[in-house]
Amino acid sequence: MATIVEWISVLLALAGAVFCAISAFGLIRFPDVYMRSHAATKSAALGVLFILGGAFLYFWAVDGAVDARLLLAIVFVFLTSPVAGHLNGRSAYRSGVKMWKGSVRDDFKDVLEKAGTSAPDAAFEKEKPKLP
Amino acid sequence: MITALLTAALIILALAILGCTYRLIAGPSRSDRIAALDTIGINLLAMIAVFCMLLDTRALIEIVLVIGILTFIGTAVLARYIERGSVIEDGDDR
Repeated sequence: MATIVEWISVLLALAGAVFCAISAFGLIRFPDVYMRSHAATKSAALGVLFILGGAFLYFWAVDGAVDARLLLAIVFVFLTSPVAGHLNGRSAYRSGVKMWKGSVRDDFKDVLEKAGTSAPDAAFEKEKPKLP
Repeated sequence: MITALLTAALIILALAILGCTYRLIAGPSRSDRIAALDTIGINLLAMIAVFCMLLDTRALIEIVLVIGILTFIGTAVLARYIERGSVIEDGDDR
């Protein structure tokens, strides 16, 4: 019984590694920082979740111990990876990184224009912070 | 056989980190480099988890947590630096 769970966990780890490799491939091949961020955030998080779940199952089967640290790491990666991708994409847009020329939709630009600002940097800062 | 499969997973993850390093060096904008650094951190975390399974020890799992926290904080701080030009502002909003 323990051997079967061991095999399942090792295959989960291998599948997660393949997902991470696919995400690195997307990070190389995509033409745009936003698409690259999409590849780097979502599929890498899925691969890491597979690997950490496999490690959790492995130690559960071999040592008979439920490791709370691995569960904590799973929850943490699952929470923070999309947040980091969102922060990075927003900072890329507001610092003026151009989208790919084949992109067909730009919702954030409409939001910025509705806020009455043309410069992409001024939508969230109505008054400039005063320098001391 | 299990050792061979885990070693294969380690090699695949190392190749993924190599690809991210290409994007880290050659990325045209700074945000590309931040995304590559984030992915390198996450892949490193996965490598340490696989390494724990390979060595059959549970002593290295804290490193997974620490690298996860440091990767997230680094990405957040670098993105804020690119967006605003400073990390800690002398504003009146605190």
